[in-house]
Amino acid sequence: MLEVSNLDCVRGERHLFHDVSFLLRSGEGLLITGENGSGKTSLLRMLVGLTPPFAGTINWKTRLIKHLGAEYRRELLYCGHPLGLKDSLSATENLQSIASLVNEPVELSVVQDALERIGLQGSAHMPVRALSQGQKRRVSLARLFLSRRTLWVLDEPLTALDTKASQHVAQAVDRHLDDGGIAVITTHQDMALASPLQTMRIGA
Amino acid sequence: MKDAFGLSAIYWIVHRELKLTMRRKSDAITPLLFFVIVTSLFPLSVGTDVEMLRRIAPGVLWVTALLATMLSLPRLFEQDYADGTLEQLALSPAPLSAMVVGKVVAYWLMTGLPLALLAPLLALQFYLPTTSILILATTLLIGTPVLALIGSIGASLTLGLRGGGVLVALLVLPLYVPVLIFGTGAVDAAASGLGATANVSLLTAMLLVAGFFSPMATTAALRIALE
Ligand SMILES: Nc1ncnc2c1ncn2[C@@H]1O[C@H](COP(=O)(O)OP(=O)(O)O)[C@@H](O)[C@H]1O
Ligand SMILES: [Mg+2]
Repeated sequence: MLEVSNLDCVRGERHLFHDVSFLLRSGEGLLITGENGSGKTSLLRMLVGLTPPFAGTINWKTRLIKHLGAEYRRELLYCGHPLGLKDSLSATENLQSIASLVNEPVELSVVQDALERIGLQGSAHMPVRALSQGQKRRVSLARLFLSRRTLWVLDEPLTALDTKASQHVAQAVDRHLDDGGIAVITTHQDMALASPLQTMRIGA
Repeated sequence: MKDAFGLSAIYWIVHRELKLTMRRKSDAITPLLFFVIVTSLFPLSVGTDVEMLRRIAPGVLWVTALLATMLSLPRLFEQDYADGTLEQLALSPAPLSAMVVGKVVAYWLMTGLPLALLAPLLALQFYLPTTSILILATTLLIGTPVLALIGSIGASLTLGLRGGGVLVALLVLPLYVPVLIFGTGAVDAAASGLGATANVSLLTAMLLVAGFFSPMATTAALRIALE
C-alpha cells in the first residue's frame, strides 16, 4: 500500500505542486498527467526516495519510506528519463548485470525471453550504443518482464516506443496489477490498459 | 543479514567497472601514458647530472602520479550520472556507500596500482638505488589509494556542475599536499639514515582515515547530486 499525503514540491524559486495526496492499494495503479515542466518527474523522484519531499509524507505499508530504506527499495522498480543502461554493454549484459546486483540473478535464456517479448531478439548482443532510441527504451523496459518488484514507478515509459511495443508495455502493466502489484505512471500518450487506473493531473 | 557491509555489491561494481574499462581501454591508458611520458621528459631535459636526477626523482614521480590521478578523477561518477545508472544504483537495495567503495577500488586497480608498478621501471632513468626504488614504490602503493579516496569526494561534490574538472582540482589539491610530502619524504628519510618507517606509518594512517571517512562523504554528496 502506497499512501501519499499533502506532498509539496518546490524547485528553485518555483512552487510546482501543492497538496498532492493519493492512496494506492494492492492491484491499483495511478496515471499522472500534466504539461511539460509541471513536476511529474519531480513527483516520481520523491516517490522513489531520490528527492526528499518539501512537505508531506510518503508511506509504504504504513511506514515512512525514508525509515524503510533498503526494505522499500527492494520492492521498487523505477524507470526514469535516463535509461540506466551502459552504452558499451549489450542488452543482455545490461539486464543480467542489473539483476545480479540485487541478488536476483537471471539466466541468459530468461533475459532473452524478456527481450523477445518486447521485440528485441535480433539486437540482444549488440552494444546498446548501436541501438536506436526506441530500441534502447525497450531494453530498459525489458526489466518489467524480469522484475518481481511490487511497486512500479514509470516515468513516461512510452517515449520513443512504437505502437506494438507500447502495447507490450501496457500488457505488462496490466499483468502486474492483476498479480496484485502497484504502479505509478506518467504519460502523454494513451495507454491501452485493460485495468481501470486512477488518474491525476498536476500543475495548473 | 549475511551481507551487512555490502561485500557482494563491492564485488559487483568492481567487476562491472573492469569489464567496462576493457571495452574502452583508452580511458585507462591515458593516465598511464601521461605518467610515462612526463617522467621520461625530466631526465631528457635535466641532463645526465646523476646527483641532481636522484634528488628530484621522488618528487617528479610523485607529482606526476598525483597529476595523472587528478586528470582522470573528475570522470569517476560522470558517466554513471549522465546515463542514469547512478540513480539506479542509489535505488538498489545494496548500500550506496558500498558501491562508492567499489568504484574507488576499481579506479585504483586501473590507475593507482599500475602507476605504482610502473614507477620502479621509470625510476631507473633517474639512477635511483634499489632501496630507494623499493621505498618509492611502497609509498606509491599506499599513497595512490589515499589520492583516489580523497579525489572521489571532490568528484562527487562537483557532479553535474559546469567546469567541474577545474573545481575538483582546486578542492582536492590542498588535501593532496600532505600525502605528497610524506610520500616523497620517505625516500629522503631513508637516504639520510633516518629510515622510512615513520613516513610509511603516517601514510598508512592517512589511508585508514581516508578509507573510513571518504566513502561516507562521497555517498552523502552523491545523494545530494541526485536530488
Ligand atoms: N534539479 C532541479 N533544480 C531546479 N529545478 C529543477 C530541477 N529539476 C527540475 N527542475 C524544474 O522543475 C520543473 C519540473 O520539472 P519536471 O518534474 O521534470 O517536469 P515534468 O516531468 O512534468 O516535465 C521544471 O521547470 C524544471 O526546470
Ligand atoms: Mg518528466
